Amino acid sequence: MKKIHFWSWLWIVLGTLYFFVPLLATFEFSLRAQKGVLSFLAYQRVLQDPQFIQTFAFSLEMGILTILASLVLVAPTAYWIRMRLPQLRPVVEFITLMPFVVPAIVLVFGLIRVYSGELVPLTNFKAGTDILLVGGYMVLALPYMYRAVDTGLAAIDVRTLTEAAQSLGAGWGTILLRIIFPNLRAALLSGAFLTLAMVIGEFTIASFLVGMNAFGPYMSQVGQNKAYESSSLAIISFALTWGFMGLIQLFGRGASGQGQVVGAR
Amino acid sequence: MSNSTASWLAPGVRRPKPAIRISWTWIGVAPFFSFAILFLFLPSLVLFVGSFQDAKGNFTLANIRDLFTPSILSAYWITIRISAATAVAGGFFGFVMAYAAILGGLPRWVRTALSTFSGVASNFAGVPLAFAFIATLGRLGLVTVFLRDVLHINIYDGGFNLYSFWGLSFTYLYFQFPLMVLIITPALEGLKRDWREAAENLGASQWQYWRYVALPVLLPSLLGTMILLFGNAFGAYATALSLTGGLINLVTILIGSQIKGDVLHNVGLGYALALGMVVVMAVSMAGYYALRRRTERWMRS
Repeated sequence: MKKIHFWSWLWIVLGTLYFFVPLLATFEFSLRAQKGVLSFLAYQRVLQDPQFIQTFAFSLEMGILTILASLVLVAPTAYWIRMRLPQLRPVVEFITLMPFVVPAIVLVFGLIRVYSGELVPLTNFKAGTDILLVGGYMVLALPYMYRAVDTGLAAIDVRTLTEAAQSLGAGWGTILLRIIFPNLRAALLSGAFLTLAMVIGEFTIASFLVGMNAFGPYMSQVGQNKAYESSSLAIISFALTWGFMGLIQLFGRGASGQGQVVGAR
Repeated sequence: MSNSTASWLAPGVRRPKPAIRISWTWIGVAPFFSFAILFLFLPSLVLFVGSFQDAKGNFTLANIRDLFTPSILSAYWITIRISAATAVAGGFFGFVMAYAAILGGLPRWVRTALSTFSGVASNFAGVPLAFAFIATLGRLGLVTVFLRDVLHINIYDGGFNLYSFWGLSFTYLYFQFPLMVLIITPALEGLKRDWREAAENLGASQWQYWRYVALPVLLPSLLGTMILLFGNAFGAYATALSLTGGLINLVTILIGSQIKGDVLHNVGLGYALALGMVVVMAVSMAGYYALRRRTERWMRS
């Protein structure tokens, strides 16, 4: 068994190095904004940049809107499919997997072509592009939002709960809001944080629809001319990702581990 | 779903006639399908139809044919090579690490730590990931300078370039192998002790157990996950763009420039480019699901 342990440790150590060395390098680099000494000057500059705050607030807002809209869209649908229309399940599942086939860059291409025409010129005004952005993010979030909700529903006895609530006189609204949703809390929260982690630094869709208003394109622009600041942004956004994953672990106990998988960026 | 639907269907309320009830039931999924049509099907349809139209809107196959010109083929080819290389390498490293952590006899905390790190790293992609690798392996990156000054190895003289094929592949691995770890872990956990014990009772060697029991069970999920990794890299745009500044000729980057301004000087060809991507992704996802179905056969019970 000794030999097996050696190889196991070797792979784990290699993986750990690969994981941590870029982070250390980025962190070390981000501290060198001031010549000759290590300082948090780059962080200070980034955090004091009004654009940082604006773009971050914008992306956070879009993230929260995406989460709310996704929940309103996905949770009742998943519930309804389980209760009333099980024959539609393959169709809905197929749709929720479409984002794996249509990459973000293709999706935004199509959205721009459809909604910049004369018929529905959504790209001509701010609220319009925001709607498209949230819509695009909802599409990207569909696969794991749906799966999170659906595995959550599978874990509770939906039918019995519904029937019990019905025989006590509850309507569908009450059943969803006061019985089903609270029972899905873990699943919904992990889906929500995962969406937030994806949306906040998202670049592809944001750069074409809202440009420099969003955090991802802002980071990209900083990277073009400010080396130290961009490193500190990388560290900040890594910390954010870590924070969201921590929240998922904290709230999402019992939710499936596969919920942690996001598509390409 | 509105409240009026709810009261219609609630017991105690007079039930509508069956024909009407069916339509009410379907209204429950109307918002979802409307959303899918507006934000998924319509955009896809526009690209699809546009791929088969010339500048005047007449039907043509010229755009599809133009995909097979050298400059565009080379974009697909390099994208496919990077995706395949990172899928195989990421798949391999992800598998051996998950194997080491789960079945390699390591302490329990290694496994917990690995799954946490994988969750974080698989989501750490795009612009900040590119920054991190520039700080590590760029011309003045920490590792580059360390190798040059301490070990006297100049990797850039040796032909390495972060902003090219290998550099990009190495960067993609940062989100590829953790994804493998996350997805393959349940499959490894699904290897039942009984199978190993049964094999040993029947006199199988370690190698025979692997060759005839574990590997055949794992193979579909291994291959399936690698296909998923392939798709993951194939659609990546932000990481490649911020790392190379758009200098690498990937399909996603080409599509990006086409959206900003008609760089191909042919709108229809731009649509066909996107269609080609969707086709490659669709083929790989179909493969993934076919393989996953085979996996699930062993995972049940």
